[in-house]
Amino acid sequence: MPALRATKLIDPLPIYTMWLRQIKRFLRVKARLASSILMPFLFLAFLGLPLSFMPAREIPGMPAGMSFLDFLAPGIVGMTLLFAATMSGASVIWDKEFGFLKEVLVAPVNRFSIILGRSLGGMTTAIIQALIIIGIAVAMGVKLTGVSGFFLSIVFMILTCATFTGFGLILATRLGDTEGFMSIMNLIVMPIFFLSGAFFPLQTMPAGIRYIMYLDPLTYGVDGLRGTLVGGAAFPLWLDFVVLFVLSIILAGLGAYFFSKMEAD
Amino acid sequence: MSEIVEIENLTREFDGLVAVDHINLSIKEGEIFGFLGPNGAGKTTTTKVLCTLLNPTSGWAKVCGYDVVRDRNSVRECMGIVFQDSCSDKFLTGRENLDFHARMYHMDRKTREERITEVLDLLELKGKENIKISDCSGGIQRRFEVARGFMNHPKVLFLDEPTLGLDIQTRRNLWEYIRMLNQKEGTTIVLTTHYIEEAERLCHRVAVIDHGKIAVVDSPNKLKKAVGVNLISLQVASGISDGLLDLLNGLDWIKEVTMYNSSLELSIEGGEERVPQLVDFTDECGMVIASIDLHEPSLEDAFLHYTGRAIREEEGSVKKLRKVRRARRRS
Repeated sequence: MPALRATKLIDPLPIYTMWLRQIKRFLRVKARLASSILMPFLFLAFLGLPLSFMPAREIPGMPAGMSFLDFLAPGIVGMTLLFAATMSGASVIWDKEFGFLKEVLVAPVNRFSIILGRSLGGMTTAIIQALIIIGIAVAMGVKLTGVSGFFLSIVFMILTCATFTGFGLILATRLGDTEGFMSIMNLIVMPIFFLSGAFFPLQTMPAGIRYIMYLDPLTYGVDGLRGTLVGGAAFPLWLDFVVLFVLSIILAGLGAYFFSKMEAD
Repeated sequence: MSEIVEIENLTREFDGLVAVDHINLSIKEGEIFGFLGPNGAGKTTTTKVLCTLLNPTSGWAKVCGYDVVRDRNSVRECMGIVFQDSCSDKFLTGRENLDFHARMYHMDRKTREERITEVLDLLELKGKENIKISDCSGGIQRRFEVARGFMNHPKVLFLDEPTLGLDIQTRRNLWEYIRMLNQKEGTTIVLTTHYIEEAERLCHRVAVIDHGKIAVVDSPNKLKKAVGVNLISLQVASGISDGLLDLLNGLDWIKEVTMYNSSLELSIEGGEERVPQLVDFTDECGMVIASIDLHEPSLEDAFLHYTGRAIREEEGSVKKLRKVRRARRRS
């Protein structure tokens, strides 16, 4: 009887390979990159810029003297992260059926390493997109608070990505490749976006809606990004950090767990 | 020769639907083994169980001596698989696909380079390796898939419908490569197919599978011989009666009489000389023959013989003519 071979939970070469593959795909499909940048750009150019000419004091909860564009930019960065990360997690179902992932699943590699590498790749590309958006926003005249704030915002980007990659993974592994998978995803992702306070301060919303917004993970992501990038966060930064940190660990962990369970059944 | 794949009482159900029904089988090292059956016969399910993607509902299977459930990582080490549909990354080049695959098998850079050169050589893909997969022709894409499955130098290579959707030239071309991997590298090949010709020309042994059950396992030649030395298809204008069947069964050179719709399929000893004999005999009995046709049994006849139904054929070849002929006979 041969000894039972176990695989390493954290296997560096496959993790790196899965990461590299995501990056290469991202860089190679220019059209996809362009389309993922387009929507955030349109929001900034056609919602943020025109509204920034309105007097800021008309919106309660927005710091005095802050232009609407400054306020909106972190929200749009949050949106970019939400869409890119959720998609990265959810696309596992197609990749598993029709793609590279299918052949990887018969390789002698631990499932956890596979999904870890793939998710890290997805997160990296999502953050690259977010950085491009920040660049565009700055070019439009958004004033960042400073270098340290910028670097701190990357922490919030990572946490936001981890949270929603995990979320996408959970959706994909639980729902499977059902007919209306894309519609179900939009049905969930769009409210998450609109309830995150990306467009308007939490304080402008009626109390009932505000409580729902407190339950939205993206609220803390957007708020953290706002606090670090342009200032004027609704919550203390440490609170944003703690909430996101806990959520990202739970959701990413759960997502990876469900994926690992997708062994032969 | 030792057995590289062993299957015992393997059953797999999907929500009560039995896809694979208590199959028993052993595949020897160095064989090209084929599962022949129509779509939905249970070929792909069996392959998925063997390559650790599905667990059996009951029974067990071993690949390279390792249990596919309990010791799946060892199974994964020693086998390769090429799936029915392509799973190369279309946005990457052939070389990148091979390289990524090799990394998943923990090969270091030097080994990877060597192996890639080797498989590119074997499958004659030199000069194509830096083209994006999406820009390659169907045949080349398929060859890259086989190359990928072969990267980790598997002892067993599973090919699920390897030539599905390829034109006949490309298909025959791919057979050559499969044969060569088998001969030069000694790799055991286990493939599934619903192409009669593929099973007949490529496989050393064939398992005829239908409705999740294996009807018979043997070499294509023996399968054909089992049908009878020769076959006569006979259509009687005056109708088939029990009396006629009794009379035909009474002739000592007729080994078996099978009825398909309105035509009779006779397995006979001897050859062309039996045709006039049969005509004389039916004349004497007062029967009128509508058509008579003598042919050597094909694997398709064997399939019909063992499963009681024709495998769906999709190729435009001589076989198709025969099928049309048979269909006409039936109507």
